[in-house]
Amino acid sequence: MGIIKTDKLTFEYIRRDEEGNVEGITRAVDEVDLDIRQGDFIAILGHNGSGKSTLAKHINAILYPTEGTVWVDGMDTQDEAHLWDIRQEAGMVFQNPDNQIIGQMVEEDVGFGPENMGVPTKEIWERVEESLKAVGMYEFRKHSPNKLSGGQKQRVSIAGVIAMHPKCIILDEPTAMLDPNGRKEVIRAVRALNDVEGITVVLITHYMEEIIHADQVFVMDQGHIAMEGTPREIFSRVDELKELRLDVPQVTLLAHELREKGVDLPEGILTIEEFVEALDRCR
Amino acid sequence: MIRDITLGQYYQADSVIHRLDPRVKLVATIGFIISLFVVDSWVGYVVAALFLACMIKLSKVPFRYMVKGMRAIVFILMITVVFNLFLTPGEPLVTVWKLTITKQGLRTAVMMAVRLSFLIVGSSLMTLTTTPNSLTDGMEKLMKPLKYVKVPVHEIAMMMSIALRFIPILLEETDKIMKAQIARGADFESGNLIKKAKAMVPLLVPLFISAFRRANDLAMAMEARCYRGGEHRTKMKPLCYHAADRIAYCVLLVYFAGCVAIRIFF
Repeated sequence: MGIIKTDKLTFEYIRRDEEGNVEGITRAVDEVDLDIRQGDFIAILGHNGSGKSTLAKHINAILYPTEGTVWVDGMDTQDEAHLWDIRQEAGMVFQNPDNQIIGQMVEEDVGFGPENMGVPTKEIWERVEESLKAVGMYEFRKHSPNKLSGGQKQRVSIAGVIAMHPKCIILDEPTAMLDPNGRKEVIRAVRALNDVEGITVVLITHYMEEIIHADQVFVMDQGHIAMEGTPREIFSRVDELKELRLDVPQVTLLAHELREKGVDLPEGILTIEEFVEALDRCR
Repeated sequence: MIRDITLGQYYQADSVIHRLDPRVKLVATIGFIISLFVVDSWVGYVVAALFLACMIKLSKVPFRYMVKGMRAIVFILMITVVFNLFLTPGEPLVTVWKLTITKQGLRTAVMMAVRLSFLIVGSSLMTLTTTPNSLTDGMEKLMKPLKYVKVPVHEIAMMMSIALRFIPILLEETDKIMKAQIARGADFESGNLIKKAKAMVPLLVPLFISAFRRANDLAMAMEARCYRGGEHRTKMKPLCYHAADRIAYCVLLVYFAGCVAIRIFF
C-alpha cells in the first residue's frame, strides 16, 4: 500500500433550500481508487467542478468520505485517534495565499504548524530556518506577509507546511491566483521539494505546463478518474483531453495538428526542445 | 490613500523601553493609571510627571508622537474641564452672568485635565513602544490565570492577532471594491451625511461577504496545519523575564510606593 490510498472514495454534497429541506445531492467524487507511492510527483487535472479539490480535502481529513475509505500512510482518515497525525503527515497548501497565512511575520507563520504540534521552542527555530531555506525565502523571514508578492506568499505557505515535516504535501491549485512569474517560482520550489527532500507531491491544477514533470497524472471529470498515466501518455490523447474541456500545451497541440496533416512527428511532445529535435529528425 | 492608515501606531526604535517584556509594560501602564488616581496633591502630580518624563526620555520616542495621541481627546478634555469648572459647588471666585467659577471647581478641573492627559500619554507610550503582536502575547500570558474560570484566553489572543493581520488585507479590499464601483459611476464623495452613508451600503455588502469567505478559508487552513486551540501548544517566541524586566518591576514598585506615601503624608 502506498502513502495515499483510496478505495471507492465517494463524497456527496447535500444541497438544501432555505428551510433546510434536501433539494438535491451532488456527487462531487464518485468511486475514486488511487494508490500513490511514497516519493512520487502526482498531478491531478480537471476543469472547474470536476471534484479535484474535494478529493484533495479528503487526503488531509478536512472532509470525510460519504462512502469508501481513504488511508494516509496506513491510517484511516475517519479514525479520530489519528486525525492530527494525518494532518501532520499530509500537509496542504491552498489556493489563496492571503487566506492561509496566519502570522504577522514570515517566520512566525512558518512556525505556526510546529507550534500547534507542540514542538519544543529550539527545534521550531531550526525547522523554520530549514524550511524557509528550502523554498528560498530565508532572507524575507522578518518581513510582513502583506508586503510580499503572490508567488512569495505561496512559497511561505509551502514552507509553513514543510516545517511540520510531512511525508506528502497536497497543493490545491497553488498557482491559480498568481502571475506567470509567480507560477514558475512556486512550481520550481515544489519540484525541488520532490527531488531533493523526497516528499510526495500531489499537485492539483488546471495548468497543463505544470504537470509535464509529474510521474503520474490523473485527469478527473465529474468526480471520476477519466484518464491516468504519465504526462506523455496523457498528452498523446489530445482529442480526449479536448472533450474533457482541458487545454493541451501549445507545442503539443501544434505537433498533434501537424501529425494529423501527415508530418512524421511522435505523439505526446511536451516541450519546445523536444519539438525542435523531432522536427530536425524529420528533415 | 486608505492603505496609509496605520493601526497600533508602533514607533520603531531601539530603546530600553522597547526591549522590555510586554507584560512589564502592561502592568506598568495599569500601575501608572492607578497611581494617577491614588495621588491627589500637587506633589504627587509633580512626581508622576517626572516619572512619565523619564520614561518618555528612555523610550526615544519623540514627544510630538505623544501629543498626537492627545489630539483625539481634546474635545472630551474640554467638556470635562468646563463641567468641573462651573458645576462644582463651593466658595465662588468669579461670577459671569449665571455661571460661577468656584475655588474647588478650579482645583478639580485642573486636576482632571492633568489626570486625563497623563493617562493618555502614559498608555500611548505603551502602544508606541510595543508591537501589536507582542502586546497580544503579553495579554495572553498575563490573563492566563483567568483560564481557570473558563475565560478562553488563548482564543481571545488568537482572534486579536488574526484581526490585526487582516486589517491591511481588508483595507486593500475596500479600496479595490470602492474603485470598481467608482469606475461604474458610484458616488462616495458628494451629498449629505445620510446620502454618503447610503452610498456605503453597496460597499459593505461585498466586503462582508468576502470577509466571511476569507474567515472560512483561514479556518480550514489553520485546521489543516493541526491547529486545535491552546492545548498542547508550544511557543516559537516564549516570553521570559530578563534582568531589565526585573529592574523595571522594582522601579515601578518604588514609584508606586512613593505615590501611596505622598497620599498618606501630604
